[in-house]
Amino acid sequence: MLHLDFSFYKWDVISNFILKGIGFSITLTFVSTVGGVIFGTLLALMRLSGNKLLIAPATFYVNGMRSVPLVMVILWFFLLVPFLIGRPIGAEVSAYVTFIAFEAAYFSEIMRAGIQSISRGQVNAGMAVGMTYGQNMRLVVLPQAFRNMLPVLLTQTIVLFQDTSLVYAIGAYDMLKGFETAGKNYGRPIEAYLLAAVVYFVICFALAYSVKRLHKKIAIIR
Amino acid sequence: MGSSWDWEVFLRDPGGADPTYWQWMLSCWGWTVSVSLLALVLALVVGTLVGILRTLPDKPWAVRLGTFWVEGFRNIPLLVQIFIWYHVIPALVPAMKSLSSFVLVVLALGFFTSARIAEQVRSGIQTLPRGQRYAGMAMGFTTFQYYRYVLLPMAFRIIIPPLTSEAMNIFKNSSVAFAVSVTELTWFAIQVGEETSRPIEIYMGVTALYVISAFAINRIMAFIEKRTRIPGLVAASGGGH
Repeated sequence: MLHLDFSFYKWDVISNFILKGIGFSITLTFVSTVGGVIFGTLLALMRLSGNKLLIAPATFYVNGMRSVPLVMVILWFFLLVPFLIGRPIGAEVSAYVTFIAFEAAYFSEIMRAGIQSISRGQVNAGMAVGMTYGQNMRLVVLPQAFRNMLPVLLTQTIVLFQDTSLVYAIGAYDMLKGFETAGKNYGRPIEAYLLAAVVYFVICFALAYSVKRLHKKIAIIR
Repeated sequence: MGSSWDWEVFLRDPGGADPTYWQWMLSCWGWTVSVSLLALVLALVVGTLVGILRTLPDKPWAVRLGTFWVEGFRNIPLLVQIFIWYHVIPALVPAMKSLSSFVLVVLALGFFTSARIAEQVRSGIQTLPRGQRYAGMAMGFTTFQYYRYVLLPMAFRIIIPPLTSEAMNIFKNSSVAFAVSVTELTWFAIQVGEETSRPIEIYMGVTALYVISAFAINRIMAFIEKRTRIPGLVAASGGGH
């Protein structure tokens, strides 16, 4: 029978191998959520603009991104970004660019649903007080859409956090890689994968639970 | 960039079992399709069972077991689950040592997706008016019978749009199998992109096959949705994407 031995997980192993990876996973999640929401909102506005020249490219982009596996997108960007800017970039930078671009497509669908859930009367009221289209969007529609969609946006962020493990494909040093490296160095890969699973589970479960709470809270206020 | 295309790379001989790279790519597509379809069948069977467990009346332990299953598989990244199936489980369970990485990936992807399908089956059953359940009971059906004849046929037709997304996701998620060297499309892209030094052409071919697959599943599911539409529901106007 197999003996599991977690005793090699001393503080210096954790700080040398794992914390660096966790830091990257969390930063990547945060940066690509913020970037994805910004670009996603722009894409959603393009798709709702009524202007064919804006709708067509935005729709193409969103549907294109959504029909290709994330791993392929990661590989594409890792290959193309250095090619286009003419100098090599690291796997980490490439991961940031990829995740912002990829998540923008997913966040744009969420924001589009959010904008469409705002009643026409709100838009008309804005127009009645003399707001321009930009003011109406910025001051009336988007804040409400964003707030209504907050639980869905956060749920997508949890999925995004799990998906950051896929930077494995280009060898970036994320949380999974941190566990894997520690496991390899100490000849304990099985314990490393188990512990990685537990840590991912604890983080995602806690986040999902908080989102559920938040959802209830928002639902009462409205 | 445009001046240096070399599409003839697909006609070259990789020196393996397949005479050309494009034929090799198609056989890898076959592995992608096989992994995805088998995992989809597994996910539908297990997901339905777990989804039902979570809606059983007066069976708190069944409900808890279902919740445990769903939360466990949903909160761990697929790649980590694949590594667990590949590195950890065969070490703990000697009987699983002989299984190929293909089988292990099907199990990983199938169980991972079963948690998501279970959620949809559960919400599908819970959307039905309570009267449906009571009507079944009033007919004298056993629990098994009213699930089989009343609740499930309705619930399944309601949840076809999210199931469409799930079927498309399974195809995309099968790409993670590259990590344990299943020779599917993404593995082909990484391997052959490097081997031929023509990654752009190779990635384009692979990406095109993924897009074609996604589109095909979307059409098949739209067809099923149309044929199984419940007359007289607002949902009959369709949905999903």
